[in-house]
Amino acid sequence: METKDFAKNMRKLIVEAIYNSGSGHPGGSLSCTDIVSVLFNEEMNKSPECPKDPDRDRFVLSKGHASATLYAALALKGFFPTEEMKTFRKIGGRLEGHPDMKYIPGVDMSTGSLGQGISTACGMAVSGKRLNKDYRVYAVMGDGELEEGQCWEAFMFAAHYKLDNLCVFIDFNGLQIDGEITKVMSPLPIPEKMKAFGFNVIEIDGHNLDEIRAALKNAKETKGMPTAVVCHTVKGKGVSFMENAAGWHGTAPNKEQYEQAIKEIEANG
Amino acid sequence: MADNMKAQRDAYGEVLVELGKKYPNMFVLDADLTKSTKTVTFQKEFPKRHINCGIAEGNMMAVAAGISTCDNIVFASSFAMFAAGRAYEQIRNSICYPHNNVKVVATHAGLTVGEDGATHQCLEDLGLMRSIPGMVVLAPSDSGSTKAACRFAAEYDGPVYIRLGRLPLPCVNDEENYKFELGQADVVADGDFATVMFCGPFYSLAMEVRELFAKNGLNIRVVDVPCIKPMNQEVVKNAIYDTKAIVTIEDHNIYGGLGSAVAETIAELNISNRRPTELIRIGAEDKFGKSGSPKELLAAYGFTAEAIAKKIIAAVCPEFEGEFKF
Repeated sequence: METKDFAKNMRKLIVEAIYNSGSGHPGGSLSCTDIVSVLFNEEMNKSPECPKDPDRDRFVLSKGHASATLYAALALKGFFPTEEMKTFRKIGGRLEGHPDMKYIPGVDMSTGSLGQGISTACGMAVSGKRLNKDYRVYAVMGDGELEEGQCWEAFMFAAHYKLDNLCVFIDFNGLQIDGEITKVMSPLPIPEKMKAFGFNVIEIDGHNLDEIRAALKNAKETKGMPTAVVCHTVKGKGVSFMENAAGWHGTAPNKEQYEQAIKEIEANG
Repeated sequence: MADNMKAQRDAYGEVLVELGKKYPNMFVLDADLTKSTKTVTFQKEFPKRHINCGIAEGNMMAVAAGISTCDNIVFASSFAMFAAGRAYEQIRNSICYPHNNVKVVATHAGLTVGEDGATHQCLEDLGLMRSIPGMVVLAPSDSGSTKAACRFAAEYDGPVYIRLGRLPLPCVNDEENYKFELGQADVVADGDFATVMFCGPFYSLAMEVRELFAKNGLNIRVVDVPCIKPMNQEVVKNAIYDTKAIVTIEDHNIYGGLGSAVAETIAELNISNRRPTELIRIGAEDKFGKSGSPKELLAAYGFTAEAIAKKIIAAVCPEFEGEFKF
């Protein structure tokens, strides 16, 4: 499947899952969809036949509240049936509100408490370095997440141990629960801070698949330092009334909104 | 027996090297305290598998979780205050929730840290760690049981918290042959008057209490309880049936640690209404620590044989109070 279509199908599954569950995080799930689509559909060495392969690339969704995005990618890649998306955030199912590595095939780390995922990604990367493994580690973080001090401890660690097998995507959509990140608690300027912390920094349009591909290539070619890809994104991307609206951080659409959203996603591209 | 003295952390440093040889997939993490926690011995032997995380304990625990997901065993160490205290949420969410194979080995627990004072004397870690689902909580009493606890932890698949102190302690258990299993509890001396259950650095104190009562013709049972969770129900049950009182001694707040675990067990066994048993919890009585030498601090906080004996007499046989020979 073309990655463009893969991303479109992910968006449909995300909106549908959140609508069915009556809860979830559509805004931040849709803003990182294109990044995750390139990683799962093109880049990472991962297979549903052997989800625990010791040589697989690792993926850590540090912004664990975008779980619907990860589940949609895993379902489309065959890690579990797409039908199972109906159990999202429901009792008795395994698609927990935030990713649970114990039960969901393809989930490399349980995340949800902001700031911790990036540290665990550093752990996977340093283990690979010390034991001479070739796998790469990818993490997706939120911009609001950068307000957690632990992120900066992890960045220090990644640069200190020269984790060039680690590539961090920062989903810079500019919004958090209480509003604009610059008004709540500004983590800006992000690229300059990441540079000061010892990262190779690339700034891209996080919805442009070619720019995402180019950033991945750049990251792989960079030696001796970790890479941060600062992705300018739109919260709620693909659904007009959700775009750039902080109110859609953690709200599920009603039936009418859901139908409208699916129509718009299908019409786009 | 008790002529040899050795700090638990020295035993920890030694057993790490032994385990590092046995397990090529074992990593050891530290947070700028390698010489105090003694992970430095592992660092010298296996530099590629030792990672100093700097003064950033929260990051260290989540890094440990990440390393463990790559089929590795991870030991992560700092002082109890910063391991169990500062990094509590990382231990809960990144280590225990996914049941990752990380062993948190915390040194410098309790009042016996001494002069550094309250900010460094963690008296709450057993309570914090005991409350996390799936966490095994150990508080060994000497170098032999420290080594056995670490060997057990390396073998066990899942999170384990091991609490060690700073001071040299009498060597009671054999460093090579003492074996350790879940729910470990060792009756080190038998008796029928009262049962003293201790964890951590209190073997000598418990035996002093026993000697004091022996002088008065009363026999105290002494039980070393290195496994705080899961708690050995049998020793508690036997103490209820065989003796008149249970005394717990721990270098910890009386809330949340060994004393609480024993109290819960007594309540759950639901036999104490038929077998009235006094429970006396010796520990920090909902107080922070202070600066001072460990010996002075222990005396100030009631960790002396005489103070404990007085509490036992007052609870069990107040009529004996005037006659008791100290």
